[in-house]
This record gives sequence, C-alpha cells and structure tokens, in this order.
Amino acid sequence: MKKHRLKRLYAVLFIVFCSALAFVLVYFAIRDNVNLFYSPSDLFENPPQGRNAIRAGGLVETGSLKRSTDSLEIEFIITDLKKSIAVNYTGILPDLFKENAGVVATGYFDKSKMSLDAYQILAKHDENYVPKEVKKALEK
Amino acid sequence: MFQILKNFYHKLGSYPWFYKISGKVIPFVGVFSISLIVISSIWGLFFSPTDAVQGDVYRIIYFHVPAVSVSQVIYYSISVAAAVFLIWRMKMAGVYIKSLAPIGAAFTFIGLLSGAIWGQPTWGTWWVWDARLTSTLVLFLFYLAIIGMQSTFASRKSADTAVSIITLIGVVNLPIVKKSVDWWNTLHQPASISISGESSISSEMLIPLLLSILGVYLFVFFTGLLFMRAEISTREQNKEWFKKLSSNN
Repeated sequence: MKKHRLKRLYAVLFIVFCSALAFVLVYFAIRDNVNLFYSPSDLFENPPQGRNAIRAGGLVETGSLKRSTDSLEIEFIITDLKKSIAVNYTGILPDLFKENAGVVATGYFDKSKMSLDAYQILAKHDENYVPKEVKKALEK
Repeated sequence: MFQILKNFYHKLGSYPWFYKISGKVIPFVGVFSISLIVISSIWGLFFSPTDAVQGDVYRIIYFHVPAVSVSQVIYYSISVAAAVFLIWRMKMAGVYIKSLAPIGAAFTFIGLLSGAIWGQPTWGTWWVWDARLTSTLVLFLFYLAIIGMQSTFASRKSADTAVSIITLIGVVNLPIVKKSVDWWNTLHQPASISISGESSISSEMLIPLLLSILGVYLFVFFTGLLFMRAEISTREQNKEWFKKLSSNN
C-alpha cells in the first residue's frame, strides 16, 4: 500500500477505535440499566432500594397461577428455576401469558414479602417455532 | 487471481462502465427479486404451518426478519464503502453510500414497524426500551444522520468525506444490535436462524423465510443499482460520456 493511503487507513482505524471507546464508556455509565429486567436470583442477592418501579422476569411457575373469580386480579410466581418471587396483578394479560412461559412484570417490589405489586405484565416468548400439528403429535 | 480482482476493482470505480453493466443487469434482478418476494409472501402467509405458541400472528416474521437482516447488511456494506472512500478516494464509494443509505433507513423502519405490530399481540406492548429494540433504533438514527449529512456541504467531496466518517462511527453499533439478545436480559428472543448450528425454527417455516430473505436482498441489489444510476447521472450530467450516451438514446 502506498504511504499516504496507509496513513489514511490508520485514520480510519482510529475513527472506529474512538467510536468503540465512546460506546464502551456509555455502556459503563448505564450498565445497571442495560438489562431490561432482574431475575428472581438478582432480586434475592441485591434487593432494590427505594420505591422506584422495577421489572422482574423469568418463567411463570407451573401450577402457581391463581385467578380471582369476581375480578381481573391474578397471582402467580416468577421463577428462574433457582429462586422465585410472588407477583400480583390486576388487569388484562397478553395472549401469550401462560404457565411455564416467559414473563416480564413491571411494578413495585416489597422486600419484606419478596413479592412484586405489578402494574404491567409482558409475555416473553422463546426463539422456537414449531408447527401446531407437530407439537400436538409430540404431546400425544 | 489477484490481478483479476484488482482489474475488477478499478473498473468498479469507472462511471461509464458501471452505467453500462448495471443497465443490463437491472431488469433481470428486478423481475427475479420481486417474483421471489411475491412467492415467499404467499407461501409464508397461506401455506406455511401455524405456529404452536403464537398462532398465525408469527407470519409477520416473513417481513420482519428479512427487513432487519438486510438493514444490518446494508450498514456493513456502506461502512466498507466509507473506508474505501477515505483510503482510496474512490468516488463510486460516495455514490454507493448516498444511494444505499435511504434504502437501509427504509428497511430499518419497516423492521421497527413490523416488530411493533408483532409485539403488541404477543408481548403485550408496541415498544419496550430493551437492548435489541434500542440499538436498532440507534441504527435507524445513524441512517438518518447519514442522509441528513449529505446536503449540509456545498462541495460533493466534503459531503462524501463527512458522511464516510459518520458511517464509520456507527459501525460499532452493529455487533451490539446482533449480540444484544445474548449479552443482556431483553424482551426480544434470541436468534432463530443459525448458520453454524441447528436453527430453532422448523424447516417447513424456515424455507419460505430463507426465500423471503433472498428476495429482499436481491430487491435491495435492484433498487441500489437504480439509485446509483440516478446519482451518477446527477453528478455526471455535464460530462462528455454522459451527454454522448443520452444523445444516442
């Protein structure tokens, strides 16, 4: 490579390096907030301070879902298969919400009871796509 | 081999050569890509099986995945063009960035929009500030910055230089978009298509998806050539070769 082009190549690499450095610095500034939610294990290790809303995520424990008969109130347990926390919520649930499926709940955390008073429930689905008929056949 | 590549690289920098060759290629790529998109859309919407978890709503995958995938590939390619422009001062690289950036922005927008439409019935929200969605929005903003930067300079050369620098700054964001679902807790699920391992999407659903991806990539190739020709004819309208060409037709 000719000398003046080599010099410009270094300039290009320098631009990318500086940009990467900027991204890393931003990451260190916001690293506590990059994760969308805390797992139950995170909440046990490091219970959140203050009265800010937090998000907790994991699987809806099989058999834990309790629906009220006369209101939209529900209770269930979020687990990461190591620790689990209780969640209560009043409102309409997303279609994909069900037991043994992923969920992200936003709300206020009660440290004394290790439970979450949720005001928003989001369903989190996985990356597996299987035809309906195939799954039915497998379950038989 | 190296000599052939080098010759090709030099030819690629020549406006008349590119104008001639692209004119011949465009009709074929256009017809082929649009028919692929039509076929894969019909296949995906009507003939691929219903998903066990999500039901029929998953079918938006046949638009969402090709759009976001091509938007990232376009950004990688314009970053290479930006480096080529800065190091070799190849004018064609500037033409390439100017023509492809709006296409990339359009597909990033389609990706964000189809993702929102998909997220509402499945997740329960149009938008959430998780790492995947936010980094894709940053990608869209870099595209907008590139497009905006084009018209802020009086001379073409300084505009192309500034745009190249902005493009290179944004390239760092691309691995973050790709790996965000593996590095952090996100609402967005990890990738379903794997090149090295086994894909977690069944083959009956995967085949039309791969066809739709191929169709959209070729469509970008097609529109890219069209936009580049338009850009070349704007930049070269007063040059001898271009006048000769237009008077012949």
